[in-house]
Amino acid sequence: MVSLLDIIGPVMVGPSSSHTAGACRIGLLGRSLVGGTPQRARLELHGSFARTGEGHGTDKALVGGLLGFKPDDERIRDALDIADREGLAYRVEKTTIDEDAHPNTVRLTLERDDTTVELVGESLGAGRVRLTRIDGFPVEVSGALWTIVLVARDQPGSIARICGILADEGVNLATMRVSRKERGGDAFMVLELDDPPGDQALTQIRTLEWVRMTRALEKVAG
Amino acid sequence: MFSSLQAAIAAAETQGSSLARVALDAEARDQGRSVADIRSALRRALDIMRGAVERGMRGDLRSASGLVGGDAAKLRDGPPGPLAGTLFRDVLARALAVQEVNAAMGVIVAAPTAGGAGVLPAVLTGLAASRAIDDDRLVDALATAGLIGAVIAERASLSGAEGGCQAETGAAAAMAAGAATEMCGGTPAQAGHATALAMQGTLGLICDPLGGLVEIPCVFRNATGAAIAMAAIEMALAGIEFRIPVDEVIDTMGEIGRSMDVRYRETAGGGLAATPTGRRLTRERLVQLKKT
Repeated sequence: MVSLLDIIGPVMVGPSSSHTAGACRIGLLGRSLVGGTPQRARLELHGSFARTGEGHGTDKALVGGLLGFKPDDERIRDALDIADREGLAYRVEKTTIDEDAHPNTVRLTLERDDTTVELVGESLGAGRVRLTRIDGFPVEVSGALWTIVLVARDQPGSIARICGILADEGVNLATMRVSRKERGGDAFMVLELDDPPGDQALTQIRTLEWVRMTRALEKVAG
Repeated sequence: MFSSLQAAIAAAETQGSSLARVALDAEARDQGRSVADIRSALRRALDIMRGAVERGMRGDLRSASGLVGGDAAKLRDGPPGPLAGTLFRDVLARALAVQEVNAAMGVIVAAPTAGGAGVLPAVLTGLAASRAIDDDRLVDALATAGLIGAVIAERASLSGAEGGCQAETGAAAAMAAGAATEMCGGTPAQAGHATALAMQGTLGLICDPLGGLVEIPCVFRNATGAAIAMAAIEMALAGIEFRIPVDEVIDTMGEIGRSMDVRYRETAGGGLAATPTGRRLTRERLVQLKKT
């Protein structure tokens, strides 16, 4: 459903809602996936991102997002210098991800301490974004809601247990997507929530013996 | 939110209220937020719009490529033309100012998009300054503009890559025309005619930015978009009616956008971007960008 405030907004640093604001939001989602500012980042730009990204500040916006800047933060203009000062080593490359990939697509490979995450994000226009892959798993994350991403052993009852923990906290589940590469292997779950998950729920999920990784993603839009 | 502007106009007429009011009520219902909360978000957008107008008027900004900047100040201080000293000239300057801020990576409100962000603040703040219109009425106008934009998003498109510039500065002109007509005392029906009158004037407008950057012609399209909005407001307030219903005009914009060649949809493959000079400037400026 279209909201008035999507039309009269977002407030953002120019020049392009797709190439600048959207890029920043993909950076912010990447940052939450590694739990903070990464030490190393590889930014592979595809399509229009690669062709016109420089003039649109797409590189600055992506790095700004990795540094935790929101799309309306004027520090985005100086994000590359700030990254140097804050110890974020980034490398920008041009690539072709896939013939039929969205024209504004980026693949980010992020390293923070002993965590490495690879994600693919698309900027859909008007600042809306979608992550389509995390660590090779197909996902659909918009950042318009609070999101939990987790990797768990594929076993009966796992989904019910996690939903139960969230329900006990009064957190309403908006969407859920589960995928796996093979039966009995790792299952990858993406849960979009109407309310922010509390620390208690996250801790409970993290202590489950069969959960290998849990990340809470900030709401970056809407 | 409404997906028909005619339905919104009918609702406002039945309730004896305004498009702004029905828009705020619909948003409150859809999003589960209070009207006061929505108004305060719109109030923040208004403050950012004013800040961008002021920032751009100073005249010291340049875009990443160096191709754009300083023209708003020329309209403010430069030699007079036939519109010297008028609200109309002031509105044109304000539209350029916001787009110059956008091109220089300053803060703007994407309304409906960054590429069309100059039109709405130019028309609304320009009119408010010349007629002492208070902020409450400006916030109402932003709600009406948001309603019109939401209908366009639903029925057609707000993306240059999908529908050409008619979907960005054209949509912005339609939003500004309808909203300002109501702000100046027009009825909901007159606001609908203003929306249709502005949109018919931008039908078919292609998106052909040099090098794909939101600079040339985007900055100037915002000024000419504001001019079309002003013409539509003047006609609608004079009682002129556009005979094709506004929803059908919006549908037409969507239909034209869908059949528009890809060269004219933000790919820099046609139009002004593909002229000999357009190509030369793109080449030279992009080379220069890499050096800095």
